[in-house]
Amino acid sequence: MAGIGGAETTGKKVGWGVLNTVVVIYALVPVLWIVSLSFKSSETLADGNFIPREWSLENYQNIFSTTEFTRALVNSIGIAIIATTIAVVFGTMAAYAIARLDFPGKNLLVGVSLLIAMFPQVSLVSPLFEIERSLGLFDTWPGLILPYITFALPLAIYTLSAFFREIPWELEKAAKMDGATPGQAFRRVIAPLAAPGVFTTAILVFIFCWNDFLFAISLTSTEQTRTVPVALSFFTGSSQFEDPAGSIAAAAVVITIPIILFVLFFQRRIVAGLTSGAVKG
Amino acid sequence: MSQTTTEGTAKTETSPETVAPKKKVALSEGKRAERRLGWLLCAPAAITMIAVTGWPILYSLLLSMQRFDLKFPDRTEWIWFDNYVTVLSSPYWWNAVWVTVLLTVVTVAVELVLGMSLALIMHRALVGRGIVRTTTLIPYGIVTVVAAFSWRFAWTPGTGYLAEALGGDPVLTEKIPALMVVGLAEIWKTTPFMALLLMAGLALVPDDLLKAAAMDGASGWQRFIKITVPIMKPAILVALLFRTLDAFRIFDNLFVLTAGSQGTSSVSMLTYNNLIKGLNLGIGSTMSVLIFIMVAIIAFVFIKLFGTAAPGSDDGGKR
Repeated sequence: MAGIGGAETTGKKVGWGVLNTVVVIYALVPVLWIVSLSFKSSETLADGNFIPREWSLENYQNIFSTTEFTRALVNSIGIAIIATTIAVVFGTMAAYAIARLDFPGKNLLVGVSLLIAMFPQVSLVSPLFEIERSLGLFDTWPGLILPYITFALPLAIYTLSAFFREIPWELEKAAKMDGATPGQAFRRVIAPLAAPGVFTTAILVFIFCWNDFLFAISLTSTEQTRTVPVALSFFTGSSQFEDPAGSIAAAAVVITIPIILFVLFFQRRIVAGLTSGAVKG
Repeated sequence: MSQTTTEGTAKTETSPETVAPKKKVALSEGKRAERRLGWLLCAPAAITMIAVTGWPILYSLLLSMQRFDLKFPDRTEWIWFDNYVTVLSSPYWWNAVWVTVLLTVVTVAVELVLGMSLALIMHRALVGRGIVRTTTLIPYGIVTVVAAFSWRFAWTPGTGYLAEALGGDPVLTEKIPALMVVGLAEIWKTTPFMALLLMAGLALVPDDLLKAAAMDGASGWQRFIKITVPIMKPAILVALLFRTLDAFRIFDNLFVLTAGSQGTSSVSMLTYNNLIKGLNLGIGSTMSVLIFIMVAIIAFVFIKLFGTAAPGSDDGGKR
């Protein structure tokens, strides 16, 4: 790596430019490829060219004209938002207690959530499949939301308690001394300080729920509950002679958009959230 | 994780109401209120986590000792450890175990090297740091299934740019090439996560120390091995532990890229096939329990080998 404390010469800058370019290409090529596929017309779909020879929107028109995709999109969005909201609320409460209060069983809770973070999810699929079938939760939204909350909670608790430990809590006391009610102290002082951490955690948890495939494919059986990643794997062409690659690519691009937006707008927060939760936590 | 508890307790111990109770037997009113509030706040999270994992784990133990095939529900009966005998004497199971171990070891090793380079680039870049960090987050955030489809189409003869560039052989229909593609997809997706964890470790290395070593004539490589690596050892171990356990559950990439054909099933894939495709709850649960045991062994080995540095231990890990 570059020498330490050396002058920032042009040579070094060029070196870094080359390295950065390599990294950017590494990260973007597979993404650009799926974008390119999604814009190819059905005639040029199988030409093996990295850049479309003929740009077309037909793949997008195709997927949005079927309920198979639109229904899955609604499921994905709905399930991810509900699971994220609940996990972040429960996680915030627990993380506050862990960061601020002293009570027996605290280490146990931290230990249990660590165990769950490391847990092989497939080991839960068999029993959950049978339990949810007998409870009538199989192939329903709650049937997916519950395991998502469970596996998102450790992530939420660690990230949030790392953030909460950084908050200068003395400010709360100071506000109360200045005559603020506990409610005011919370609303005016603590909430604005805690909000960035909660928001970052919500992004990370949302990405986790949005990404899940194993639970989604095991605990659903109909179009009514399938999320997009699962629906993708079931896509077939509109006739058996049609290659579904175009539709799959278009749907894939659609569900990548929120991720790209998060990354573009909240890069700093995501990096801070991931690193604080995992290392300092 | 270890620091969660240590720092957490350290903080509360300094607050006035928590210094006393260790000597006093009777708890003060404020102290009891604090306990109640603590339990109350943790209850929803704790109850959800226990309800969704606790009972199902026990239930899968029970299921694993029964002949339980949803295609033949009348023949359900207790057979104790027969399912374990069946699974453990199955060549498919052992093949899946070896495929999983091989993929885990190879991908994590490559990710450690690549991730460290990427972490150094992100940490030290003189120009374009923001761009690099932003773009590396894309593989981390992208839906695994989406990335897997991108790789699948790239390697599909006729359709894909990689297949065309390499002569148009159908790589995904042979065991070893298919596993290499799966490994590649896995490495691409998860290296950024590894790099971010390592970058957090790099931030702990004091620049002055590196400068002093440079003054004393240590080369870049010596500084890296003798100073940087030892200081960031806890971060490396956490990253390795998390990635190893995560790699061991590989499923999404395999499902899309090979669907476990040509003997490329991982243990998760094989369990899924027995359970959801085969509807054999008994065998599926047996595999679930075996995977759980293997993961526990991996975690145990990590914690034993690396002792106090491991997450979850109450002492040590302090920097």
